[in-house]
Amino acid sequence: MHKKVTFGGFAFPLVLLLPQLAITFVFFLWPAAQALYQSVLRQDAFGLRTTFVGLDNFARLLNDPSYLASFKVTLVFSTSVTLTGLAVALLLACMADRVIKGSGAYKTLLIIPYAVAPAVAGVLWYFLFNPSIGILAYLVRGLGYNWNHQISGTDAMILVVIASVWKQISYNFLFFLAGLQAIPKSLIEAAAIDGAGPWKRFTSIIFPLLSPTTFFLLVVNVVYAFFETFGVIHATTSGGPGQATTILVYKVFTDGFVALNLGSSAAQSVILMLIVVLLTAVQFRYIERRVQY
Amino acid sequence: MADIAIRNVVKRYGDTQVIHGISIDIAAGELIVIVGPSGCGKSTLLRMVAGLEVITEGEISIGGRVVNRLEPKDRNIAMVFQNYALYPHMSVFDNMAYGLKIAGRPKGEINERVQKAARMLELSELLDRRPRQLSGGQRQRVAMGRAIVRNPAVFLFDEPLSNLDAKLRVQMRLEIKQLQRSLATTSLYVTHDQVEAMTLADRLVVMNQGVAEQIDTPLEIYERPASTFVASFIGSPSMNFLPGEVDGDGTSIALAQGPRLRAMGQALGQHGGRSITLGVRPEHLAMVPEGEEDFHLQVGVVETLGADILVHGKLVEAGAAARQAKGEGGSGIIAARLPGSARVLEGERLPLKVASGLLHLFDPESGKRLVEV
Ligand SMILES: Nc1ncnc2c1ncn2[C@@H]1O[C@H](COP(=O)(O)OP(=O)(O)OP(=O)(O)O)[C@@H](O)[C@H]1O
Ligand SMILES: [Mg+2]
Repeated sequence: MHKKVTFGGFAFPLVLLLPQLAITFVFFLWPAAQALYQSVLRQDAFGLRTTFVGLDNFARLLNDPSYLASFKVTLVFSTSVTLTGLAVALLLACMADRVIKGSGAYKTLLIIPYAVAPAVAGVLWYFLFNPSIGILAYLVRGLGYNWNHQISGTDAMILVVIASVWKQISYNFLFFLAGLQAIPKSLIEAAAIDGAGPWKRFTSIIFPLLSPTTFFLLVVNVVYAFFETFGVIHATTSGGPGQATTILVYKVFTDGFVALNLGSSAAQSVILMLIVVLLTAVQFRYIERRVQY
Repeated sequence: MADIAIRNVVKRYGDTQVIHGISIDIAAGELIVIVGPSGCGKSTLLRMVAGLEVITEGEISIGGRVVNRLEPKDRNIAMVFQNYALYPHMSVFDNMAYGLKIAGRPKGEINERVQKAARMLELSELLDRRPRQLSGGQRQRVAMGRAIVRNPAVFLFDEPLSNLDAKLRVQMRLEIKQLQRSLATTSLYVTHDQVEAMTLADRLVVMNQGVAEQIDTPLEIYERPASTFVASFIGSPSMNFLPGEVDGDGTSIALAQGPRLRAMGQALGQHGGRSITLGVRPEHLAMVPEGEEDFHLQVGVVETLGADILVHGKLVEAGAAARQAKGEGGSGIIAARLPGSARVLEGERLPLKVASGLLHLFDPESGKRLVEV
């Protein structure tokens, strides 16, 4: 049993909570309320008149083929980023788990990408895959494929997926490694004695025991792909060519701040907010039950 | 069922050598217990038999086949781990069936074998549970069940009972022995508990710092320990050790504390004049009427066990007044195990006699056994 420390009264706890509440209010509640408010308004082209239009912004969005296309792009993008990111990180973690000599250096190197700013990561991959000067573009061309992400939508998508995955790999790696190291070695040994080869041990023992970690990372990565890849996309493809890499968040930005269609942009933010709420709900529900196998 | 031969096995981790050339021949169906203090290399030896550690030097063969280069799964063994190592995400049934499923046995056969093992271990009611829903003793049984369903040639146990409470440990000890007897599967059992070792073993391997000090039946090891280490490790409370010297003619032993013991039975002629370490087990000291004693015990502490009492005290010379032990004479603190009916007071001087023929002589330098007296 450990003893709970309690504060009496109302004022003192409030004072303690105040900094956090202030941050939440200024950086979350206020902008969220603004977005909600904006999403039911429409401004004329010169920003002189603002009219109340109800849910019209939403209705237009859902009938707008470019918005629906962006939904599809987001789906492809976030699925690819999440699955590739998890798979590669898991592979690296499994290998790091087996390394004994020099594991410190290996792990440190794998954690570096996390310290790189998204825009820098984007620029890095932009140059590596640059059709005229990029070394990787050159190598790919050597394999007989004419890489050009400035023209081909597929190439552009692959590029932003690679850059985004690379940026997130460290995070996933750390969690997977911690998860792997939490599995008692004797379980693996018992399975080896029971006749399971390495692959069988992975699929029947290690992977199931990692499932709480995997699920947690799944949610985190989906959220990452949805919202935090803005910098990477902005620095590499700017959502192009055409709309090939314009994910929902990027569209909020282009419609609102480039095209200055504030009402529509706000409505898109509200939809995104709902998606976050949904994902968070899933995550919380899950975390409550995660101790169970 | 298979015999195991361990030949000159050495284990090194980098520059540290932890096993220094051990050889053991184990007959088919035998239950061998490896016992020794913590860190002496028991687990390492067992894990080399299992194939979980690389054998640095030497050779291990199971059923006449050298297994040095074989994977654990190809050695036809089963192992019970100290922490049981049950798969937490599988039911008891699946835990036991795992190996059979991997071996690709038909469903009906798997079901039959698991059910049979479960009946034997009284787990039939628990087959649908997860390991975390079981008590320690039940988990232990599941671990046993997982080992026996595969019907391996060899069982390996690494301190399987050390996580259980004392009562359950005694019960499971008996069950393991019965199970081993009925299955007649060659078994290697590691423990640091000497009672467990004595009660279970057909033969006992007493290990110390990576060396097998003695390999013999429990009784033989108790009666004729090969070294002071074995003598002090097996038997509870430990054997008393007293420094002394054999007389020139080999008829008596002069203890450093003063008392002189007649050498009973065998003559000690060959050891005449040499210094020795005398070993006497606490249970081989008896209270005798004043005048017949070999020496007196200045009683310090009395522990009551019920059937017996343990008397701890300092040795003093027979008859004569207590005198200071000589500098090199050791502490002279000894223990005696007397019948529970004996009335002994703390501070009393107790006349004690050594049971004849149950003395042990060791070389004080090497600790090796010299001869029985
Ligand atoms: N991976 C390793 N690297 C270096 N030394 C090791 C390694 N594993 C074990 N040792 C050493 O080998 C020796 C024997 O270890 P082992 O686990 O066999 O002891 P044990 O007899 O089973 O002890 P216990 O009763 O505590 O389980 C110990 O001194 C230990 O420090
Ligand atoms: Mg051990």
